[in-house]
Amino acid sequence: MKKTNKSTVTKIDRRDFIKIGSVSTTGLLLGMHVACSPKPVEEVRPEPTFDFYPNVYLNINDVGDIKIIAHRSEMGQGVRTGLPLIIADELEADWSRVSIEQAPGDEAKYGNQNTDGSFTIRMFYMPMRRAGAMARMLLEQAAANQWQVDVSECKAKNHEVVHSSGKKLGFGELAKAAAELEAPKEEDIKLKDKSEFKMIGKATPIVDLQDIVQGTAGFGMDAKMPGMKIAVVARCPVAGGKAKSHNAEAAMAVPGVLQVVELNSPDFPTAFNPLGGIAVVAENTWAAMKGREALAVEWEGGINAGYDSEQFLGELSTNIKKQGTVRREQGNLKQTFNGASEVIEATYKLPHLSHASMEPPCALAHFEDGKCEVWAPSQHPQWAKGAVAGALGLEPTDVTVNVTLLGGGFGRKSKPDFIVEAAQISKETGQPIKLIWTREDDVQHDFYHACSIQHVRVALGEDKKVMGWNHRSSFPSIGGTSNKDADEPSAGEISLGMVDFPYDIGTICCETHKAPAQARIGWLRSVANIQHAYGVGSMLDEIAHARAMDPVENLLDLLGPDRLIKFDELVDNFQNYGEPLAEFPANTARLRNVIKTVAEKSNWGKALPSRKGQGICAHRSFLTYVACVVEVEVGDNGKITIPEVHYAVDCGVAVNTDRVKSQFEGGCVFALSGALRSSISFKEGKVEQSNFHDYELARMNDAPGKIHVHIIDSDEKPTGVGEPPVPPVAPALCNAIFAATGKRVRELPIKLA
Amino acid sequence: MKTVKITLNGEDKTIENVPEDMPLLWVIRDIVGLTGTKFGCGKALCGACTVHLDGNAVRSCSLPIGALEGKQITTIEGLSQDGDHPLQKAWVKANVPQCGYCQTGQIMNAAALLSRNANPSDEEITSAMAGNICRCGTYNRIKEAIQIAAKEGGNG
Repeated sequence: MKKTNKSTVTKIDRRDFIKIGSVSTTGLLLGMHVACSPKPVEEVRPEPTFDFYPNVYLNINDVGDIKIIAHRSEMGQGVRTGLPLIIADELEADWSRVSIEQAPGDEAKYGNQNTDGSFTIRMFYMPMRRAGAMARMLLEQAAANQWQVDVSECKAKNHEVVHSSGKKLGFGELAKAAAELEAPKEEDIKLKDKSEFKMIGKATPIVDLQDIVQGTAGFGMDAKMPGMKIAVVARCPVAGGKAKSHNAEAAMAVPGVLQVVELNSPDFPTAFNPLGGIAVVAENTWAAMKGREALAVEWEGGINAGYDSEQFLGELSTNIKKQGTVRREQGNLKQTFNGASEVIEATYKLPHLSHASMEPPCALAHFEDGKCEVWAPSQHPQWAKGAVAGALGLEPTDVTVNVTLLGGGFGRKSKPDFIVEAAQISKETGQPIKLIWTREDDVQHDFYHACSIQHVRVALGEDKKVMGWNHRSSFPSIGGTSNKDADEPSAGEISLGMVDFPYDIGTICCETHKAPAQARIGWLRSVANIQHAYGVGSMLDEIAHARAMDPVENLLDLLGPDRLIKFDELVDNFQNYGEPLAEFPANTARLRNVIKTVAEKSNWGKALPSRKGQGICAHRSFLTYVACVVEVEVGDNGKITIPEVHYAVDCGVAVNTDRVKSQFEGGCVFALSGALRSSISFKEGKVEQSNFHDYELARMNDAPGKIHVHIIDSDEKPTGVGEPPVPPVAPALCNAIFAATGKRVRELPIKLA
Repeated sequence: MKTVKITLNGEDKTIENVPEDMPLLWVIRDIVGLTGTKFGCGKALCGACTVHLDGNAVRSCSLPIGALEGKQITTIEGLSQDGDHPLQKAWVKANVPQCGYCQTGQIMNAAALLSRNANPSDEEITSAMAGNICRCGTYNRIKEAIQIAAKEGGNG
């Protein structure tokens, strides 16, 4: 871009926008992308000379180009499109004139950037609307001033401000004057009425679409800079173990290997620090990998060297029969169960899981002159910034974390360990380092979803009325990764689908047991909702069967009268996904509505041939209400085919309906990996799986024939959709298998053969 | 160490002084510097690294460069001039990608499928695409995009 004011004839297409955007940003460029624009047009295009920054999230230049800052991480959920379109809608911007720029980690400037917990849209819907609306108001005021009319006569419309007389000024023409004005006070910001929305509530393609299909989208794995070297690390197979010996000479003998670096290994609990080990730095990835093979490291396993997850689950299964720590209690458990005419009970067992994002962890780091700059696929650049600063002995202000596109995240890339590794090696070697995890590294050194045992007992009265519910949950806590005393599920973890049990049963008792972590436990898409929804959703179906009642009728009956449940009065330290119940209540009417909707849309109860069946599960998670019906066909050989899945989802206002749908489609498949294929097991402290041949994921042949997503039209506050699709799928599938075959499945992954 | 001549996206390339066992993936990414071809597993299990070798879909992570003397290789960068291969257009139309990381491998695999079978059945698509993992779970839209491209004469 020439620094002149002369008008130039420019072919405006998206590539030119990329170039323009590239020039106007600083530092190494990654993930620069623009909104899809229509076909190229020839036009006279003046050069911009001025930028108006109404707030930190956008700027408008005097040509009328708008740049919106994406300050949260894109990992497939559509956030680089979803937040900017909210601004653009309120601003009345022409989306084809908008480009998107990814922000580095800077909490002081942008607010929270921890892209996790399905809270981006929930947390930033209103701030983004206000950011767009205040800019719109300034442009309208600037036009009013120029025309010397009252601002009420001026209205922003599609990149222009239009006066009631019909005269118009483009946003670009108004940028300079708008920049002179004082921003409206927070309470004076006028938001659009819902009826005026042009993008919110509709389907907008993601801004990175064209780059992705052409292979030009910038992921962490693609980051590069001059002089960059590649590193891989040999890590102890047991978390908390250390290298006893290694052969650096053998590694150095591999052509292309430049250096071998020893990294300190923390004891267990390791927290979210790097595992340490032996790093091999090389000219290219292949040399680094071959060098690592040559290291022949001998390891000392440490305190987890005896971890056997199958044996551990066996112990949890035995303990779960005993009373545990009571976490929610109403009614008299003993009396209820003593007075029951029938007690049904079942134990549910789920394995550890690994995130296995298609892009393994990776990061580019450059330490130089007491400062460190990194480019990484990070869900949490602020944490990464602090962690790098801490590990390198720097001030956080001396660390810059640039966020690339993430090739999947699912919670794994919240943790900063791999970014710290890259920074440590860069500091040790004095070179820009791109650290790459292989798939084996990823599968064997993850922060695993906890393996778990659930036990649920239900007391039925003589009339088959459900009198009592007793749910016991046992799994190693994420807290155990950092603190050895955190050996029982936390208040936060049991608030994920256990103690927030919404059904209207007289006696309810929820208990947990101790289960010390002997591996690094982390959060994986929907976290403890996975096991809790499985136990709860499966037992509710077992209840329906015991009551000889249709499963949908059973759910609607047990839900009781519509009400807002005050879980904070029932449970110590109840966590409502970080939100007050007063603002985001647990509303059983919304749960009832999704159940009824999904039943209707899925043609629930339709006649099906033998070995075909439908199953349902409803589950509120991350403040979003979801009901799911899975239809299954079970072959004589036990082969599971899923002709269709229906979801009904109430996520409040659905900002980008296509991305809500795509999250549910994808979340369904993600859940099917866990239901049908995936399992991580430990022997002698080591993960037994290593790559996709033994840590299997759902492939196209496992995908449902059709996934229908029915979005409830709602004016409620928007809530997240990244994680809520996952929890109800496995229980709905197992309930469908029961309907098809009469066989109860209480363990994942499902084995029918 | 060896010098290998290949044709990459229609251009002659001489890869000098390279270990014969270096997989094509790392030659493409680290030596040539094209990054549209992705590393996913290193063991030909996920398809993220799919490229065309003499027109057939292959897993570049498991193909040693030493065996490729004189071969024609096409990566996503060479699939079309302007991202306008019928499959790329269909991918856009069906809004397939989520994170996008596996998608170039999916497209390359699908392109090889359509070039040998212009009108694949549902089952043929599933069977041809089952080697390509998408952790985001975009499978149904991938299938839809392949069907769109096939309908519109998709082997480009």
